[in-house]
Amino acid sequence: MAGSREIRNKIRSIKNTQKITRAMEMVAASKMRKAQDRMRKARPYGEKIRNVAAHMSRASTEYHHPFLVERDTVKRIGVIVITSDKGLCGGLNTNVLRKALNQMRAWEAEGEQIEVCCIGNKGLGFMSRIGANVISQVTGLGDTPNIERLIGAIKIVLDGYTADRFDRVYIFYNRFVNTMKQEPTMEQLLPLSDERMSGEENDASQNKLWDYLYEPEAKPIIDDIMVRYVEALIYQAVTENMASEQSARMVAMKAASDNAGNLIDELTLIYNKSRQAAITKELSEIVGGAAAV
Amino acid sequence: MGTIFHLDIVSAEESIYSGPAEFMVAPALMGEVGIYPHHTPMLTRIRSGMVRIKAPLKDEESVYVSGGMLEVQPDIVTILADTAIRGEDLDEAKALEAKKRAEEAMKNKTSEIEYARAQAELMEAAAQLTAIQKLRKRGH
Repeated sequence: MAGSREIRNKIRSIKNTQKITRAMEMVAASKMRKAQDRMRKARPYGEKIRNVAAHMSRASTEYHHPFLVERDTVKRIGVIVITSDKGLCGGLNTNVLRKALNQMRAWEAEGEQIEVCCIGNKGLGFMSRIGANVISQVTGLGDTPNIERLIGAIKIVLDGYTADRFDRVYIFYNRFVNTMKQEPTMEQLLPLSDERMSGEENDASQNKLWDYLYEPEAKPIIDDIMVRYVEALIYQAVTENMASEQSARMVAMKAASDNAGNLIDELTLIYNKSRQAAITKELSEIVGGAAAV
Repeated sequence: MGTIFHLDIVSAEESIYSGPAEFMVAPALMGEVGIYPHHTPMLTRIRSGMVRIKAPLKDEESVYVSGGMLEVQPDIVTILADTAIRGEDLDEAKALEAKKRAEEAMKNKTSEIEYARAQAELMEAAAQLTAIQKLRKRGH
């Protein structure tokens, strides 16, 4: 009978854990729906501003924005790493950070200098642990990513690019494929690639070469549009990463609840067996005793 | 028909308005601009303020935008609204703040490592303590 109380205690503690993981699963499920909603809402802005930017880059020939110009030599690289603030979401952060780390090691082997901008607590912790040069960071974004919070950290990177501190800027985040699948993704942010600029566009406007009437002046407006476009791209990546985080957490917590259920079943079986064995033993002792008398 | 154009007001966080319009007024940087269909293609900055929209068969509507860009094409008008109040100085201040935070995090790195080490030592000590207690129990 010695083990039976221990087993019972263990079952109780696992049941408590299961309650927590179940609650977390449900919270993540409802947050995921909202995060996906936000991701979808951010899309029209990104598309519109891309169309405007693409049109401008074709139309205005006298001024080329630095974001559009490919540099010949690449010596210094800026990296933006987007991760979640909290853990308990499976291998989500690990996957994207491993991808970033491998890429950074490869770049370092080629003698390139790397500076990192971290969005999210997990990435920041990782980057400072491996001794990367972190130039700006945002953490604690909460459930609603606010573009206002991102502006500062992004500006450091964009200014660094304009001031020739970086020759290229890459972004690492988790792309949201569906609830079950999130893909760690690396994308080149700056200079803006042609495929990014062209996208799917109505071909009617593509053939006609017309330019806007800029009011008051072309250059500041083009600068503004370009900066906002890049910000929109990063914001979109952040919303995707957030949707990925919630769905990964939901899946991880579901697996944890299921495992706890299996464990409880097994332990209950063992508990019952040991109880039965004890009863049988007692009975045979009584019978043996009676026979001796 | 040619008497209406399509108007989209979008911000990075949501779509604010999307639909046909006969006429609209926006607070451009150089002063208010009224736009009818077939306006010359134009791109301008707008200040924060009300955008008035006259949709066909509807009363005039007003939408608040906190600044942004106004893009005009003959049949399509788009307002790319900012969600945050922007300004050169404000952006600069935010950038400095982000930089400072990063530098502080780099400085705190050593203390974090020390904290982790202390935690590890504490765990080890606790494990030793329980082991000693077990041994004593057995000894009695």
